[in-house]
Amino acid sequence: MNDRLLIALAGQPNCGKSTVFNALTGAKQHVANYPGVTVDKMSGWYKQGDIRVDVVDLPGTYSLTFYSPEERVSRDFILNDRPDVVVNVMDASNIKRCLYLTFQVMEMENPMVLDLNMMDVAENRGVTINVEALTQILGVPVVATAMKQGRGKQDLLDAIADTGRTKAPHDLFRVDYGPMEAGISNICEMILQDPGDLGPYPARWLAIKLMEGDEEIQELIREKGARGRRILNHVQDLRNQFEADHDQDTALAVAQARYAAADKVAAGCVTLPAERKKPMSDRIDAVVCHKFMGPLVLVAVIWLLYYLSIVQGYNLTNYTWPLLAKLRGFVAAIVPAPGFIDVPLVSAFALWLMDSVNALLNYIPIFFILFGLIAVMEDSGYMPRMAFIMDRLFSRYGLHGQSTLPMVLGGIYVGGCAVPGVMSCKGIPDERSRLTTILIIPMLNCLAKVPLYVLLINIYFAAHKGLAMFFISTISLLMVLPVSKFLTTTVLKDKPTAPFVMEMPPYHMPTFRGVVGRALERVWMFIKKITSIVVALAVVIFILLQFPGISPERKTEFQTQKDQAITKFQSSIAQTPYAAPLAGDKLMEMVLYWENYKNKKMLTKGVEANAALNTKFKKINPQFFAIARPGKDKVAKKVNRAFKKLFKTRKGLLREMRKERIDASFLGKMGRVLEPATQFAGFNWRVNVALLSAFAAKESAVATLGALYEQEDDSGDGSLESRMAKSEDGFTPLHALALMMFMVLYPPCLATSIAVKLQSGSTKWMLFGMFYPMVLGISVATLIFTGGTLLGLSGLQAMGVFYAIALCTTIATGFIKTKSEFDHSRHAIA
Amino acid sequence: MKNLTVGATMTLDKLKPGYSGTIKKLSIKDKLGQRLMDMGIYPGLTLNVVRNAPFEDPMEVEIDGYFISLRHEEARFIEVESR
Repeated sequence: MNDRLLIALAGQPNCGKSTVFNALTGAKQHVANYPGVTVDKMSGWYKQGDIRVDVVDLPGTYSLTFYSPEERVSRDFILNDRPDVVVNVMDASNIKRCLYLTFQVMEMENPMVLDLNMMDVAENRGVTINVEALTQILGVPVVATAMKQGRGKQDLLDAIADTGRTKAPHDLFRVDYGPMEAGISNICEMILQDPGDLGPYPARWLAIKLMEGDEEIQELIREKGARGRRILNHVQDLRNQFEADHDQDTALAVAQARYAAADKVAAGCVTLPAERKKPMSDRIDAVVCHKFMGPLVLVAVIWLLYYLSIVQGYNLTNYTWPLLAKLRGFVAAIVPAPGFIDVPLVSAFALWLMDSVNALLNYIPIFFILFGLIAVMEDSGYMPRMAFIMDRLFSRYGLHGQSTLPMVLGGIYVGGCAVPGVMSCKGIPDERSRLTTILIIPMLNCLAKVPLYVLLINIYFAAHKGLAMFFISTISLLMVLPVSKFLTTTVLKDKPTAPFVMEMPPYHMPTFRGVVGRALERVWMFIKKITSIVVALAVVIFILLQFPGISPERKTEFQTQKDQAITKFQSSIAQTPYAAPLAGDKLMEMVLYWENYKNKKMLTKGVEANAALNTKFKKINPQFFAIARPGKDKVAKKVNRAFKKLFKTRKGLLREMRKERIDASFLGKMGRVLEPATQFAGFNWRVNVALLSAFAAKESAVATLGALYEQEDDSGDGSLESRMAKSEDGFTPLHALALMMFMVLYPPCLATSIAVKLQSGSTKWMLFGMFYPMVLGISVATLIFTGGTLLGLSGLQAMGVFYAIALCTTIATGFIKTKSEFDHSRHAIA
Repeated sequence: MKNLTVGATMTLDKLKPGYSGTIKKLSIKDKLGQRLMDMGIYPGLTLNVVRNAPFEDPMEVEIDGYFISLRHEEARFIEVESR
């Protein structure tokens, strides 16, 4: 007796299949990929008595043809993995339509159970179903359930267990294919008699698929059949004959026969209400898809999505960031403490790693809200409406109505994130549009690009901040649309497209559990998939930035400077009672104590909390505390002053060493090597280094610039803006504009690149997705800088000219007609 | 008004919102033809054009209690008899 069962859930979209899957498996689920395609494979398990039942939730499909990857993986799974039971979930309120798929599953001759789900909806609509009669007609066990309420779950479990145990061959209902039947049995006979390897496949199903002209099955016959060619030739004759006799394509005739059979079966067991009410959904759509109201509602929904996730989510990070800071503090406490001027490599590395991971984890509140809201939009049924409204606009540029959500998430205005954007491309059925969308998402303005924009605008476009911000917010869309058009008409020209034809399902009220569950699951997946990559990259960038390091001669020089500073300090306090407590190693202790105290104090607010902090530090070391907070004690005050001066010297030395280290590092060298090429775009080697380091995460660009433009002295305004402006005399607004445009077109960060690889299913597209923005970015930046210089344009003028060019290009490319696949005459029937 | 002529044969993309028609023939096969059939659009059924999208394309039709949206260029291949 087998104590394991494998079952598969099959069903059309919107039949409540995922509700059934969740009810059966609870939290015991996981997601993987079907080999070779980017379709999610959802699986889970449950226990019934001693039997462990593994459940695979096949993608929801209307049919089982070879045209879409979802349909292919579904039928391949049934065909090759031979599950013990296929549970076909049906929408009880729409039996007739669901039977169309049911027949196709039945033809695959796998033991099966019919789950007549959503009985509650059927009852509400006044549809009555004779379950007995349906069982009789089809010869398959039928269970009526309303899984949303948990009704009928036990019956379903029992039916699955029964069928799994007995595997009794049922006297199955067969669709009558009318005038094609003779041909089908004919092919059937040939397949059964073939001495090749066609044995494991259901012969009648193969025959029907061949009559439909299924190219994948033709391939199978050719490969596994001993007389494959003969069978296929015979099929071709039969199809030609049929088409000549009936003036109808065989595939369409097969489909129509299934609908006729569904009509007949439904007539025998379903009673429809006398009068059908105008559905609620249609009344909602009268507003949501209205000519004027529709776009308004869409804009409102997008705004709400941004507001709740980006704005409010960002506010939430104020509460989560201290947790991450604590984690960093914890790591800082266990690694070796830094010396006066030499920081142990281990410590530097551990903290660098921690910072890289934290930068990412910091986004979790935003992602959680974002994923939750997407789940709400998915479950409610608003997604297809969004696609319906936007398709006209996007399809002109080779995109798809369903590109709307990914683009919104990627940051169609300002402040998105390419990772969820790329991830949400999964739903786009049209492969060409899907790839295009995946490739252009990184060009939208993600949150991490914003700091650089703000920095540059504040320095170089200070007088026209609003205008510059508007420019940068909208220019990305004006770059994305022509580029999409370009990609679809060139590199992606031959990628398969899919019909738009899409159901507009009735609206549903999303459930709290479903939404939160999915949000958590997706956040978890994000963390799992991305974190390891970010860690790996952080290591690489760390090495590139740290090595080969400062030369020994310079190191000695720094050492001497340090010794001088310490000697000076010690002689200045020699006459005070604090000389002894700060002697030798104690001085370093004081440095750390002071740092610690300052950091804590910055985070502490309120008089009481400050008092508590002071008491705490006083307890740790009263003498150190006296130096840190000298109060009215004159001697202590003097020591405090001397110490602060020493502390400043140390900071200066550390800064200078860091700068020299970056200057000498591999990354620094790369920046210099690239300078001859990037000078026409107006980038000097420092900018190159910043851009190179931005590949880990775009936020790094500003951080690296910060390190490179360290101020030499502590006087004056210490903001990065003023430092950059000061030390780069030759840097003009034109430079800044070129740099900003490069940032717009910047290759995807590593996390996004991985998402691109996952969603496009190939490393090739990932590399392409990294390569083309670089070329494009450098070209655009060069055009702006060199072009602007030659024409003698100011930054603002160049901005205006470039915007006009981009706008015209966008409008012009929108009018170029993309040749539709359906224009080819071979598809149309003359 | 072409649409008012009952019994006129035309392609679905020409049928205006608010009007209905009986599907006579699908003049396309392979991917799109199969997709239309799989979505429940086949000869003999009556459909009802519900609305066009705000930017005119795609269109939404009601067929047998279902709401389906499709582009006009796809609707060209569905021959209907207005009623």
